[in-house]
Amino acid sequence: MAQTGRPTQLFRNMSAKIAAIPMVLTALVVFVGATLWTVYHSFTKSKLLPNSKLVGLDQYERLWSQNRWLISIENLAIYGICSMIFSLVIGFLLAAMLDQKIRFENTFRSIFLYPFALSFIVTGLVWQWILNPEFGIQKIIRSLGFEEFVFDPLYNPDIVIYGVLIAGLWQGTGLIMCLMLAGLRGIDEDIWKAARVDGIPMWKTYVFIIIPMMRAVFITTLVIIASGIVKVYDLVVAQTSGGPGIASEVPAKYVYDYMFKNQNLGQGFAASTMMLLSVLVIVIPWAYLEFKGERSRG
Amino acid sequence: MKLKTLAAALMLTAGIPLAAQATDLEVTHWWTSGGEAAAVAEFAKAFNDGGDKWVDGAIAGSGGVARPIIISRIIGGDPMGATQLNHGRQAEELVEAGLMLDLTEIAEAEGWRDLVNPVRLLDGCTVDGKIYCVPVNIHSPQWLWLSHEAYEKAGVAVPANWDEFVASAPKLREAGIVPLAMGQQSWQTQLAFDTMMVAVGGIDLYKSILSDKDAKAAASAEATAVFEAYAAARSLSEGSNVQDWNQATNMVITAKAGGQIMGDWAQGEFQVANQVAGEDYTCLPGLGVNEVIATGGDAFYFPKNDDPEITAAQKRMASQMISKEVQVAFNLKKGSLPIRGDVDLTAANDCMKKGLKILADGNILPDGVNVQSADTQGQIQDLMVEFWNSTDITAADAQKRYVAIIEDAD
Repeated sequence: MAQTGRPTQLFRNMSAKIAAIPMVLTALVVFVGATLWTVYHSFTKSKLLPNSKLVGLDQYERLWSQNRWLISIENLAIYGICSMIFSLVIGFLLAAMLDQKIRFENTFRSIFLYPFALSFIVTGLVWQWILNPEFGIQKIIRSLGFEEFVFDPLYNPDIVIYGVLIAGLWQGTGLIMCLMLAGLRGIDEDIWKAARVDGIPMWKTYVFIIIPMMRAVFITTLVIIASGIVKVYDLVVAQTSGGPGIASEVPAKYVYDYMFKNQNLGQGFAASTMMLLSVLVIVIPWAYLEFKGERSRG
Repeated sequence: MKLKTLAAALMLTAGIPLAAQATDLEVTHWWTSGGEAAAVAEFAKAFNDGGDKWVDGAIAGSGGVARPIIISRIIGGDPMGATQLNHGRQAEELVEAGLMLDLTEIAEAEGWRDLVNPVRLLDGCTVDGKIYCVPVNIHSPQWLWLSHEAYEKAGVAVPANWDEFVASAPKLREAGIVPLAMGQQSWQTQLAFDTMMVAVGGIDLYKSILSDKDAKAAASAEATAVFEAYAAARSLSEGSNVQDWNQATNMVITAKAGGQIMGDWAQGEFQVANQVAGEDYTCLPGLGVNEVIATGGDAFYFPKNDDPEITAAQKRMASQMISKEVQVAFNLKKGSLPIRGDVDLTAANDCMKKGLKILADGNILPDGVNVQSADTQGQIQDLMVEFWNSTDITAADAQKRYVAIIEDAD
């Protein structure tokens, strides 16, 4: 590393570097360029078409005074935290159970992974029907004799976001399970044997030995779950379209509605800039810790 | 046998040059409910009869879903041949950016300004003295639709105005009928609010809030009364868990609900269900209190195209849509009022006649869609749908937030 000053360094692996140029350009122009363009225009009074009439922080002031935006943020927080915890816990438990050398493992794995093959739109519609009080779960339980049974999350503003969460978990947990299973399979058999010889109970082996060894798998999983959370949009649109009222709105839907439906690009850009900011607030400290950790270990 | 093939071959060769003149035009619109689809088929028929080809580009959902798709296609450089939009503010910026075809030439040749009634509809199409769209119908949102069967079941007379409707609600509840059907989409709750503003608050209040954007009027005691009536209506709609407006109309048709506040496009649904105005259902313009209607409506815009053939076909379509025969055929199916005063509408039913009379008397109002920007409308819709679905917001809170929106309105 000390000899980076040598000019020949630049021309090493020339063909690989040339091959990477299109991707580098795409990343710079499309991602960075478009991001900067968006941030700049969030300070303007753009309506249906972008313009450059600067208005300072007006769009942001308006954004944070909107009840709908605050509800969106709250919903995203609830959805995010719950889906992070539950998909990790359920995914890991399922994987641990499948790892007990059970019969028909392949069949179970397919069943659990199958929902992941469906799009969020289909998932949303299916769960809209399942949770519909007139012909879903409530109807079935009532027809079993429990006449007073009430289960209508999609029609109750207080708990509607949990109805969305159920659908999201159903769709995504299978993938988490598979990742975890791959991680578990990567653990050396000898470690299990050693733990058994020492008489360590199984749950302790998982919590104190196996899970710490699966650090890399957990981090990958967390990144996948987190990126899914921030962009949650289609599930809400298909399942509740933000309703009842505005009780299940999410930030991505706010951005879309303002940019295209309400013809107010400036406001939509301000909201999307806030989304970007919240992602950066999480990602930068994490990336810093992660890469710093790598170096000190190496 | 030989003769026949020869004739067929001749026809074929003769047909080819004809077909070359015919132009395909893709038309996007959001008319997808039963009555609406029947009406739009009349446009397509007339256009196809003229030798061109109508390529239907219906977008399901509602204006809120379709409009972004339509606008992004125009901005993105993939314009359709023609598209439905509500005239007024929605297309303003597109026209200013030079993306729409200027129709002034045909409009002047055919004298649109003289035949369009009320002429305000044409003003909605006019930007800087040039005409950019064809108004095709007059729609008014201020109607209350009542099911005779539901009131029969409940054993009360069909109400003649909003107050009677509210008074009869407990009886309907007893009979297991939801008094007021309401779809949960935000534009529907806003429509109900604007309508109640005319009925409860009066015409002056409506005009000063919508047209003049007067925040003081929005904070006045009259407006408070509107919000209170609106809160009362909220409790009347408990139990109507439908989304789309036509599902709510269907509750009225099947007597599951007593009434619905909805625009006159609901009429198309009653017609498709073979219901007769005055016998199976009653309509009350202005909720039976203030018999006025707002003259909103739909219009067709023609995005600019480089191909002169398409431009010619667009102009053909434009003049066809405004012609007498097409206006009558279309509006009878749609349940809306024609935009010209000189057509014969003896076939019109009870409700349409009520509308025509109000129109002839000149009791008309501007429509919110035409005077408020999409941004302001969107904010009001968010507020109304939130209010409608969460009983912890009081009428006073909602009014306070409404005043703030009107203050910033543009």
